[in-house]
Order: sequence, then structure tokens, then C-alpha cells
Amino acid sequence: MTPPPLVHDMPMVELRAVTRRYALAKESLFGRRPSLTALDQVNLSIRQKQTFGLVGESGSGKSTLTRCLLALEPIDDGQILYQGQDIAHLDAQGRLRHSARMQIVFQDPYASLNPRMTLHDIVAEGMVIHTNLGLDARARTARVTELLDQVGLGRTHLYRYPHELSGGQRQRIGIARALALNPEFLILDEPTSALDVSVQAQVLNLLHELQQTFGLTYLFVSHDLAVIRHMCDEVAVLRQGKLVETAPTEQLFDAPQSEYTRLLIDAMPATEFSA
Amino acid sequence: MSDTSPLLEIRDLHLGMRSYEGEAHVLNGVNLTIRRGEIWGLAGETGCGKSLTGMSISRLITTPPGRYMGGEIRFQGRDLLALGEPEMRKLRGRHIGMIFQDPSTNLNPVLRIGDQVTDVALQVASHSPELFGLGLGASRSQVRAAARSKAIEMLERVGIDNAAQRARDFPHQFSGGMRQRVLIAMALVGEPELLIADEPTTALDVTLQAQILQLLRDLVASSNTSVLLITHNLGVVAQICSHVAVMYAGHIVESGRTAEVLGSPAHPYSQALLAALPKAGVARGQLANLPGRVPSLVHAPPGCRFAPRCSRAVVQCSAQLPASAQLSDSHQAACIRLDAEVAA
Repeated sequence: MTPPPLVHDMPMVELRAVTRRYALAKESLFGRRPSLTALDQVNLSIRQKQTFGLVGESGSGKSTLTRCLLALEPIDDGQILYQGQDIAHLDAQGRLRHSARMQIVFQDPYASLNPRMTLHDIVAEGMVIHTNLGLDARARTARVTELLDQVGLGRTHLYRYPHELSGGQRQRIGIARALALNPEFLILDEPTSALDVSVQAQVLNLLHELQQTFGLTYLFVSHDLAVIRHMCDEVAVLRQGKLVETAPTEQLFDAPQSEYTRLLIDAMPATEFSA
Repeated sequence: MSDTSPLLEIRDLHLGMRSYEGEAHVLNGVNLTIRRGEIWGLAGETGCGKSLTGMSISRLITTPPGRYMGGEIRFQGRDLLALGEPEMRKLRGRHIGMIFQDPSTNLNPVLRIGDQVTDVALQVASHSPELFGLGLGASRSQVRAAARSKAIEMLERVGIDNAAQRARDFPHQFSGGMRQRVLIAMALVGEPELLIADEPTTALDVTLQAQILQLLRDLVASSNTSVLLITHNLGVVAQICSHVAVMYAGHIVESGRTAEVLGSPAHPYSQALLAALPKAGVARGQLANLPGRVPSLVHAPPGCRFAPRCSRAVVQCSAQLPASAQLSDSHQAACIRLDAEVAA
């Protein structure tokens, strides 16, 4: 494998020994409050314009990690740097600014769109909240139309409601919403696991095309290793809050270093069949 | 009964479903034959009728809004569509077991695990006491004790450690994979001849999925049960199924041994599904696309229902539903282009 070009070498996001604990219920009245370590000394570095895969079973800390990255949740120890700037201890203003640069596409396109809002309002909501953009209603509608076009939906969809769309179309709306504020970094949290393979192919192709067009950096969270292998440049494996292994995709799949990664790869259903 | 006579035979099954827009023709001539010991995968996109086929076999579709417009479902020689609800109740659980997709919503959260499995065992015992080694005159407490021990034995067989103790736990104390094991135990407690598993691993992680599939395969092999596994994941089909049927818009477009169908798919729809899977050698952004979506079944296109999305469609495709062409002793596909190729 040729080494990636040097321009990409500046880390976009860096996690340094990030630890996050959750307090659990006390077992006895005077006992110590036990805690669960959801992220345990995690070190990661995501380069600009790459697609970084994050793999792990449920309960491994994938979601906690994405929530910490979005500054939705505090960390107990360590540092999260976004282009060199600490984002783990932002005030409300700072968080708002951060959210314009980093957005997320959720797993379930059925649950993540408000059924009582039109698609226009769903996609435009971020622009309403980020008043500093200074977009009036007309400008917002123009931007929404542009976004719908970019994700392959027409302006006829503007004033429809989520229930009128198929799963794949809904996920396109989720992507349009995430792109509305011109972010540099997208977290894709299992974006295709609720979709059929045929629709999954369309959404994956679209995500790749958007990355090329806008120079986006992706954090791709999934437990589908075939999708991860297809989409990612580098992959990290998470288990019970600890980082098991991080490697360039080909290396990880061809020569996994840890027993656990091998186990995951062996459990992978086939995607190629010979007669 | 000899081992080669079909256990289940679905012939030309048509099902209509009432909707606001009119009656949708959701099953359009389904044909499927399952013999003892075979594991069939039923694959296809969302809304193609996989689950409705499964639910028709166990007669769980309420009529109305459903309406069977023709065909028959023969199970051990009896036509299930002609049976009344009391007879069907005797079959379900005892002869036809079922597992559904979401292990968290299919267990009663306020009843103990052991009691829920025992309930199923009691139901089975009321129809076939001989299965638990009970005579006809067994007392209620004897039946109860036998059902309880059978339930715990089943929990052990599906790999729950300390089953006697864990049987006293509630569903929330079990993980997703464990709950799915409990549902499998419930489905198999009556030692059914046919197990219908509707997306049993979709809610699970890959490692758990592999474990559960392995468990299913082992249980099936040891009891000579047949399985209809409903899934949209062709990888799962390859992992466990001996045969596969690919369904599109209420019709089985291709079926046969798994190796033949997945290895050399003949129907354009099966080919498109397989091509859409991400795999080595396909550049990013270059996954094969299957344009369009499953058509409305209220105003279904005449002829081959896949024709509007098919890259190889010709005028004749819309004329009439293509008949199945026999490609090998097990492999069939319903496409007129194929007929022409075979004839040529």
C-alpha cells in the first residue's frame, strides 16, 4: 500500500487518553457509587478528508465516543482536539460554533426525522438556530432547495412530510440536514443499517460523491464490516470502551493484530459467492 | 412419512390486502416446497412479501383486511387454508414454531423467563402429552412439573448457563442475544417439524449473529427440523441455508440450492441484489445501483413486476407473468429472457 499523501497528515480530530465514566446506582445506602467506564483511555487521530471507520459491538462505547466528539457529553479525563483546539470544555457559545463544523447522520431514518415537520423545516432548522449565518427565510429556502438537489431529491419534496418518503429518501434528508451548515466533519452513525442492500448502495455512493465534492472528513460508525471495508481508509476497533486495534483498512482486514478483530472478521457474513 | 415427501408445499398462493387505495395484490402466485431437514432462506427487499408468506403459513394474517384469493398451503398433506382457528392452534408451537425479529418486544417484561417458556410447554402438553412422556391421565401438577423441566431443558440446549436459576430472571436481566436464545427455546419446545424464523438476527451484532445462526443450524441438524429463514441479508443465507428463494413484489423470482442461486444467479433481480453488496474490488462510489423501488401493489405493473426496474427488459416482459424456467434439478428462475436463452 502506498502511504497516504502528506497534505492529509494534519489531524483533524485527535483524542488523547479520553475517558468517560457513567455513574451507576448505589448498591447499598452507604456504599460507594460504582461506575461504568464507557471510554477507557482512548487515543485516536483522524486526518483531514479521510474516512475513519469505528467498529464495535453494542455496548462497546461507539455512541459515547460520537457524543463526546459532538460535545454533547463531557469527558472525565483526557483531551479532544479539533484542529488543535480543545472541544471537550466549551461553553454554550463554543458548542454552538462547534456544531456548525461537525454534524451527524443518524442510524434510523424513521426515528430521526420529526414526523410533524415538513422536509423543508427539518433541513432548515439548523440555519434557524445558527442566527449568526444571517439567513432570512428566503435564503434558507434557497439553500434547502440546493441541498435537496445535492442529495438527489427534487424541489417537489420541499413541503412533504417524512411519512411520504421511503427509507432511502429519508436518509437523504438526514444527510441534507447534516450538510446544511457546511460542516467539515460528518459523523455517520450506522447510516445504512436500516436500509435494504440496493438502497444502501445508493446511499454509500452518494456519501462518497459528497465527500469528493465538499472535501468532507467522515467518521463512519458501523458494525457491518463489509461496509466499513468498502468505505474507510483507516479503521479502529473498540471493545468495552478500550481501543483494541487501529490500522489502515487493508492491513486490518488482511492481517488483524488482535484476537478480537480476527473474531469479528470471521463472523462477517460473506458478500461474494462462488458457484 | 418418507424423508423426501415435501413437508410444506405452497402452490400458487395469492393474497390481497385491503388498503386505503384499494386492494393490494401482495402475494402473487407464490410457489415454494420445503422438505424435511432443509433450511430455506427467503430473501428480498423490504415490502416484497417475505413476512406475509411466513405469516400465511402460520395463518397469522387476519382476514379481513387480508383475503386469500387462491392457492393452497399444504403442510404434511393438509391444506392449512382450509383449517379453522382451533386446528391451527394445535399446529402452532407444536408442529410449526415461530421466531420473530425483535427479541426485546417479544417477551413479556413482567413475567419471568422460565414461566414464559413453561407456558408454551403447557400449551404443547395440552395437545400432545406424549411428547413429555405423560400418559393421558396425568394430573395437573405432573403436567406442570413436566412442562417446567422441559422448559429448563430447552433453555439449557440453547446455551443459557445455569438455566434453572436464570429461569427466575425477568427479560430485562437478559442481553439481546440471550433473549433471542429464549425465543428460540420457546419456538423449539414443541419439537416442531417446521420453524419459521423472521429476521432472527437482524437486531444483533455480527458476532452474536454468527453464534445464533450456528445454534439454529445445530438444533436443526439434531432434530431434523426444517426452517424457513426470512432475511434481507444474503450473507446470512450463505452462512446457514441449504436453499434460497428470492422474492420480489409478492412473487418468487428465483429459487434453488444456495450455492447455485448465489453462485450463478439467473434472474436479473437476484443479480442486481448481489451486485449491490459492497465487496473487494469495487471502487468506492461505484457500487452497482438498482434504480427505482418496489412498485405499488395496488396498481401493480402487468406481467413481470420487476420489468420497470430491469435493465434487460423487453416489450414482452409486460405482457404476462413469466413462467419459471428449470435451470437444474433444484434451480428455477422466472424470467422470459431466460426462457429464450435456454431455448436458443
